[in-house]
Amino acid sequence: MHWSAIIEDTLRAGVGREAIIYALAAIGLNVHFGYTGLLNFGQVGFMAIGGYGVAISVLEFDLPLFVGVLVGIGCAVLLALVLGLPTLRLRADYLAIVTIAASEIFRLMISAPSWRDFTGGSDGLTGFSSGFYDVNPIPDGVYGFGPWRYNERTLWALLVGWTLVLLATLLVWLVIRSPWGRVVKAIREDEDAVRSLGKNVYGYKMQSLILGGCIGAVGGMFWVIAQASIVPGNFSPIPTFYAYAALILGGMARIWGPVVGSMIFWALLSFTQGVVNQAVNEGIIPSWLMDANQAGNVRFILVGVGLMLLLIFRPQGIFGDRREIALQDR
Amino acid sequence: MRRVLVALVALAAVPGWVPAAGASTGAPAPAAPQQQEPTTTTTTATTTTLPADAQTIGGFLRYDDENGEPVGAEGISVTIESADGSFSQTVESDADGDYLVAVPGPGAYTVTLDPDTLPDEVVLRNADRTSLDVVLRPGQSRDVLFPLDFGEAAKRNVSTTADRAARLAFQGIRFGLIIAMAAIGLSLIFGTTGLVNFSHGEMVTFGALVAYFFNVTIGWHLYIAAPLAIAVGALAGAIVDRLLWRPLRERGTGLIAMLVVSIGLSIVLRYTFNFQFGGRTRPYADFTLQRQGIEFGPLNIVPRDLIGMIISVVALVAVAVFLQRTRMGKAMRAVSDNRDLAESSGINVNRVITFVWTAGAGLAALGGILYGLSEQVSFQMGFQLLLLMFAGVTLGGLGTAYGALVGSMVVGMVMEVSTIYIAPEFKTVTALFILIVILLVRPQGILGQAERIG
Repeated sequence: MHWSAIIEDTLRAGVGREAIIYALAAIGLNVHFGYTGLLNFGQVGFMAIGGYGVAISVLEFDLPLFVGVLVGIGCAVLLALVLGLPTLRLRADYLAIVTIAASEIFRLMISAPSWRDFTGGSDGLTGFSSGFYDVNPIPDGVYGFGPWRYNERTLWALLVGWTLVLLATLLVWLVIRSPWGRVVKAIREDEDAVRSLGKNVYGYKMQSLILGGCIGAVGGMFWVIAQASIVPGNFSPIPTFYAYAALILGGMARIWGPVVGSMIFWALLSFTQGVVNQAVNEGIIPSWLMDANQAGNVRFILVGVGLMLLLIFRPQGIFGDRREIALQDR
Repeated sequence: MRRVLVALVALAAVPGWVPAAGASTGAPAPAAPQQQEPTTTTTTATTTTLPADAQTIGGFLRYDDENGEPVGAEGISVTIESADGSFSQTVESDADGDYLVAVPGPGAYTVTLDPDTLPDEVVLRNADRTSLDVVLRPGQSRDVLFPLDFGEAAKRNVSTTADRAARLAFQGIRFGLIIAMAAIGLSLIFGTTGLVNFSHGEMVTFGALVAYFFNVTIGWHLYIAAPLAIAVGALAGAIVDRLLWRPLRERGTGLIAMLVVSIGLSIVLRYTFNFQFGGRTRPYADFTLQRQGIEFGPLNIVPRDLIGMIISVVALVAVAVFLQRTRMGKAMRAVSDNRDLAESSGINVNRVITFVWTAGAGLAALGGILYGLSEQVSFQMGFQLLLLMFAGVTLGGLGTAYGALVGSMVVGMVMEVSTIYIAPEFKTVTALFILIVILLVRPQGILGQAERIG
């Protein structure tokens, strides 16, 4: 076993691109679920609509990248309105079903051959992120130390990404300590009580859905711009579940919960996948038990098991407070 | 003969069932480059001796005659051209309908069939596809097939919208019955425990995979494999409830926490299936090739579909009678309606819930087997069905057994019939869109009771 390689990969994964993407997605879910108690299982829909918003406006309408980003955020607001209007008056589980359905609708539509000219079909789109890498101020070269050595492109993407994560965290912190945040948390605890105080619960929920959705959309936009391509296959329901796992692992209703959770989540995934892959390659796990193809499933199984165990035994995650999480029925 | 040909057309109309055009003739694909003995016919270019390593493009042109016997179409002119125009050769098919051309090397080729050389009454099934493109990798030979139809079958292709609508509606009923069987368990589990069970799709897959194991791996006929698989699936439902959900209920885990647990369970099961079964889709060993159908107006029903539908209807009627007439059925409805009241009037709620899980999982397994028969078996078939089940259950009214039935039928019908107007790739979109619209206008569903929250 090449333990040093596995450890280096693990350390890199903890601050890598995926950690950023899922930190942003999980910050959005934290606003939805952690603070407001909204069960959004279609966060990937917000990520996808943000990503396609930016890709299509740059490629199709020749808009500059930052305008494309604004378009992406606008699309996310629209999606939140469409999802929220029918469901926010209903029981929490309706929102779960509708959001996952909407994210699947969006994925099926963007992969449909009928609109291939516009969306690129199942092949997706490329060539829209030059605006991002052109403004890279970092001169060519390799930077960093230890396991964290990056070329100028990767370093630029990571710097921008972590800046976005910090900004989103700051925004959520400011919003949640404001009166708005206190109302939203009160909705999570007892919706009827808040309504009896004369607050427009529906409106607050809608604002929360929009805010978290936009943060998720920023995650999606960072994802597709940094990897310089977008394919519908990226936006299956799985990323939503990953983001939930990261959020619950770090701790819901905590400012740093989703960020730390995402870093630990990706480090853990990279570590276990590295160990399993090497064990399979070196024959430590016999091939009748698991071959290289089957090894790819291990990470998914682990995420599922981890999600179940966390929810059953430690729903507050690492940093959370058990009294502050909305897991009861409403 | 008429029946056979119509059966072929009907099969071709079932999306995703016929794996490759032309395979429904039932004739094995000739291993063209390896032909040891040159055929005695001399009318074609194919009999010229080819070097063993030559790259070829070949194929067979056959149709079923009035007796349903495959017949080779002789003397059909086929032209093969390379994409850069440097190579072009025209051959005629031999008495078996075979044609074979040696090509100079790897690259893109266009194979064009001249429809004027087809025998009388024989037409291309896809009349607009007289040219097919093929790309050869180094050392590769390919078969290029043009499916042909004869006589009535040829006329059948030109059908009216009404005929098409009838056929699609029939498929919709078939698909709706499958969704309904899977969804009843989902709805009853929600009704009795309040759990939105995201792992219900995996119970569908589990039933289909266990049946696949008995049917293909061990080799029993599906008539034995299917009931066994349903029993195993029902047992698995009981075990999951006993080992996971009942302990969670007893320690007072919240319903939303349980919902997330069910998502975790769904991921674990799905990728365990992928681990064991692999990512490919595979058919059952029985009922794969169905040719003889029963004609009914514009419809042609193959035995596989007929048996499947009869089983579905019988199962669903049995469920209805059970819910309406038996003590356990009444207890189930009582617990669904008001759990506390049911418990205080002496109903053993835990027993009822275990029963619901067992029955729901058994029905899901049956639904999975029938779905596997019509679409083939894969590790994520249940997950693909899950959102449609949710659509059906929500449409009919969450928690009501009959609502799940009605809603699922509507979802199945709408999905299939919508393809008259909308491209088939959007039919899932249509179903999920209905889900959102129904929540907007009648959130309690067709059969649900209005309940205001917020």
